[in-house]
Amino acid sequence: MSDKIKIDHVAQLARLKLTEEEKARFSEQLNQIVDYIDQLNELDTSSTEPTSHVLPLNNVFREDELKRIVPVDSNEELLKLAPEHDKGHYKVPQIIS
Amino acid sequence: MMDTQSRYEVVIGLEVHCQLNTRTKIFCSCSTEFGKEPNENTCPICLGMPGVLPVLNKVALEYAIKASLATHCEVQALNRFARKNYFYPDLPKGYQISQFELPLARHGYIKIRANGEQKTINLTRIHMEEDAGKSIHGENLGHPDKSYVDFNRTGVPLVEIVSEPEMRSSEEARQYLMELKSILEYSEVSDCNMEEGSFRCDANVSLRPFGQKEFGTRTELKNLNSFKFVQKAIDYEVERQAQLLDQGDSVTQETRLYDSNKNITYSMRSKEEAHDYRYFPEPDLVPVVIDSEWIEKVRQSLPELPEQKRERFLKDFGLPEFDAEVLTASRPLANYFEQCTGLFDKPKIISNWVMGELLKELNNENRSIEDSPISPEMLTDMLKLIDKGTINGKIAKSVLEEMYQTGKPAEAIVKEKGLTQITDDSAIEKIIDEVLANNPNQLNDFKNGKEKLFGFFVGQVMKASKGQANPAQVNQMLKEKLNAS
Amino acid sequence: MHRLTLTSARQGLKEKKFSALELLQSCYQRIDAVEDKVGAFVHQNREQAMSQAREADQKIAGGEDLPLLGLPIAVKDNICVAGDLTTCASKILQSFESPYNATVVQRLKNAGAVILGKTNMDEFAMGSSTEASAVHPTRNPWDLERVPGGSSGGSAAAVAAEECLAALGSDTGGSIRQPANFCGVTGLKPTYGRVSRFGLVAFASSLDQIGPMTKTAEDAALLMNVIGGKDPQDSTSADVALPDFVSTLAGDVKGKKIGIPREYFAEGLDTEVDSIVQNAIRTLESLGMETVEISLPHTRYAVATYYILACAEASTNLSRYDGVRYGHRSSESTSLVDMYENTREEGFGEEVKRRIILGTFVLSSGYYDAYYLKGQQVRTLIKQDFENAFQQCDVIVAPNAPIPAFKLGEKSQDPLQMYLSDIYTISINLAGIPSISIPAGLTQAGLPVGVQIMGRHFDEAGVLNVSHRFQMETDHHKKFPSL
Repeated sequence: MSDKIKIDHVAQLARLKLTEEEKARFSEQLNQIVDYIDQLNELDTSSTEPTSHVLPLNNVFREDELKRIVPVDSNEELLKLAPEHDKGHYKVPQIIS
Repeated sequence: MMDTQSRYEVVIGLEVHCQLNTRTKIFCSCSTEFGKEPNENTCPICLGMPGVLPVLNKVALEYAIKASLATHCEVQALNRFARKNYFYPDLPKGYQISQFELPLARHGYIKIRANGEQKTINLTRIHMEEDAGKSIHGENLGHPDKSYVDFNRTGVPLVEIVSEPEMRSSEEARQYLMELKSILEYSEVSDCNMEEGSFRCDANVSLRPFGQKEFGTRTELKNLNSFKFVQKAIDYEVERQAQLLDQGDSVTQETRLYDSNKNITYSMRSKEEAHDYRYFPEPDLVPVVIDSEWIEKVRQSLPELPEQKRERFLKDFGLPEFDAEVLTASRPLANYFEQCTGLFDKPKIISNWVMGELLKELNNENRSIEDSPISPEMLTDMLKLIDKGTINGKIAKSVLEEMYQTGKPAEAIVKEKGLTQITDDSAIEKIIDEVLANNPNQLNDFKNGKEKLFGFFVGQVMKASKGQANPAQVNQMLKEKLNAS
Repeated sequence: MHRLTLTSARQGLKEKKFSALELLQSCYQRIDAVEDKVGAFVHQNREQAMSQAREADQKIAGGEDLPLLGLPIAVKDNICVAGDLTTCASKILQSFESPYNATVVQRLKNAGAVILGKTNMDEFAMGSSTEASAVHPTRNPWDLERVPGGSSGGSAAAVAAEECLAALGSDTGGSIRQPANFCGVTGLKPTYGRVSRFGLVAFASSLDQIGPMTKTAEDAALLMNVIGGKDPQDSTSADVALPDFVSTLAGDVKGKKIGIPREYFAEGLDTEVDSIVQNAIRTLESLGMETVEISLPHTRYAVATYYILACAEASTNLSRYDGVRYGHRSSESTSLVDMYENTREEGFGEEVKRRIILGTFVLSSGYYDAYYLKGQQVRTLIKQDFENAFQQCDVIVAPNAPIPAFKLGEKSQDPLQMYLSDIYTISINLAGIPSISIPAGLTQAGLPVGVQIMGRHFDEAGVLNVSHRFQMETDHHKKFPSL
């Protein structure tokens, strides 16, 4: 089995604090899945264009008009969904820079 | 330390973030207005709530195209947005919608003046992206262990303009920024207000020994809130890097913040974690395809840009380069000047007065040309009075001051204060006679060969006439009088 | 009354045989009777639903005629309903009350529908069994020891258990068709771009589609008429004319060609499933349709491709759950890093974390080209397989899953085995084509098996037409479990 997924690094990138037990399990399961995925290497795709969207859609715009596209009455209502808010702001632990 | 610049070649590249002048955000219909209550300009879309989707603001795109054309960039036929992934409390979705492998435009340039010579700075690319929010330290709001987040800026449309590392001094960097700002203001894609954050700059700085081809290790400077700070931060950084290199140390590639109080740069994070933005095409947006017809249409809407205007001012008005440069630095100033030339056909005289007295008054009060209390009509009416000989240049300066203070037209001020120029020979002769009679010693000295005193007599006559005598006549008549007596 | 189809209930309401409120209450009585066993719902806002039903009754009395007036419909819990919880069966959104309606919900409401409850699902639609719900598992109404499939297992079970007349599900890699297949109901995944995704909590943005889960193809057509069509709030919704899907249901299918993809009838396909699907094909032939063998040669790469692309998109779609603006925040949040890591560790379940890690990995520096880009390229090949196939046929008929509903716990410990069970549904999402699962029979053990009918881009009408004709000939769709 490969060990391509460096679980500590990837979990840190994804901001997931995993338990040691989870790390071990995920590492095994995911490396197994990566081995499975590696079968794509059987295919020569050197001249194949990648597909991001299945439909040939482009140029979808909106006008530069002020409006409430989402009918929410007040920003207060949105702020109230926050775990912590104060003086009209969203409140988080101190950002150290 | 003075000779750093002769020991090392300074290499500077700039990344400018410029807010596009749209009414609404780039992917939602919230206002972009500055100075609102915290989080007033937010909605579920810019707050990144579950299930919401972005839709591109067409005007933002057109402004970005305009900015690209104004900087001679090639607008790319196929454009795609990409997600730039990182976690930060002011970034609601955990990714910023930006552009990566298919940016809006590439290969532009702008021309700057450096050491009296023209220099071309190439642009690598211009891409569109959304701005992040603003975090405020909790101590300002009574909770030092907390930070506060305001998402009003989140989703404001930006273009990022990336230059090649082709500037070789902090002065060139300043010139580049001034020219770029002027171009963007002219094109009316941005108000480029640095205080409100709508024109921001990061600088990549490195040093290398002269003759070396490879670039040295660079640092990225952030938090440069004015042109002055850009220059000072680069100067500081150049010295800092030079010292390191002199000692045989190496420069660490890192992001550094500029502290304008201490005039230093400092490392943002000592152990900066390796960034891995995991860019990939934004699946919630479709590609933007821009054909040549569309590009041409946008190009048609571009006004005359500073460079073209400068050339026209040189050619059509016969102005010296310096004047053309100053007058075209901002579009409103150039417009003011041109309005004046339509009213009075002596461009150089207009230029002198606009650049001299008028800008002096405005700068004293930190006012812009748009709120000048003296309109082009008022200024040119005054210049016509000089031209006709109604007032002389010296009096005109005080008239202009008065116009600026009171907003009254020149003619009214001249009439009210009796400032009309004295051109009557007999009146001038009378004053001359009095001056000569009152200064017998000087007259005697003059006669004994102290010819320098001629100027003294001119001054005395002008003073006695309260500045109103026609200076040319005074000169002429005084000469005759002194030679005759 | 809860046993009615949408179409027949609509008729009943029109003829004033019963009221919308009575119809709704009949569903709630059924829910109260069987929900303990099935567990199809995660929450219901009965007050709100009753007032919608009363409103519908007033409109009916006033002679108003709207396509879904007074009809109770369940909605998968990853679709936002304003003023209601939208939890995605996740701890991280367990108290999230959406301030806005998904476009499909707005359209349902505009058409007079009554939203009777939110259905269970695998957390964030990641799973094939609804066991990955943070709330509770849902059980298959045909056999309570077995899973209803997933991720729209709640919607499928609710329709099969007759707790509602119809439901909305979402399908990223088979999440409508596979549970429809396991529960013996009709489930349509529309063409990518046919139905707005605005307000559908994103799993994999380039694959997700909302679709109807109903008792008949006719009901699916009725719902598609309402939820389909361009939405200015979804850049990826297509500006393609929306036909009246009901009016073309009964059209003749004689002479139409059915493609039978060789790769879908290969090793690993359960023999009972195989014979039920073969029977269904014979029924279609009896309607005058012709069969032609086709090949979709890249089928075996679909699962790998899907898990690269879907997990990559999911990993960043789920970055917004950070405890800052809404949803769960860990009480262990003294520092910023703690807030992020503890919130996400506590808030996400195992399968979600696994996919976030896989998705983060395939996008990470050094692996993007080998995995993400490669996945996008193979996606092109899979899409081309279908383009080529549809030159030879009008619809493609295949099984939905290699085996019928499996037992709870049977696969939940082995994620790769779980992923591989999606083999027959996944390619369809990668290609973006419409596909339906309709009931085709029962196994010896009494488990339902469906047949899958795929169509060309935007040819839901063709798919529904074949399905409806099949249902006119058969009564598999009329069978319901006894609970």
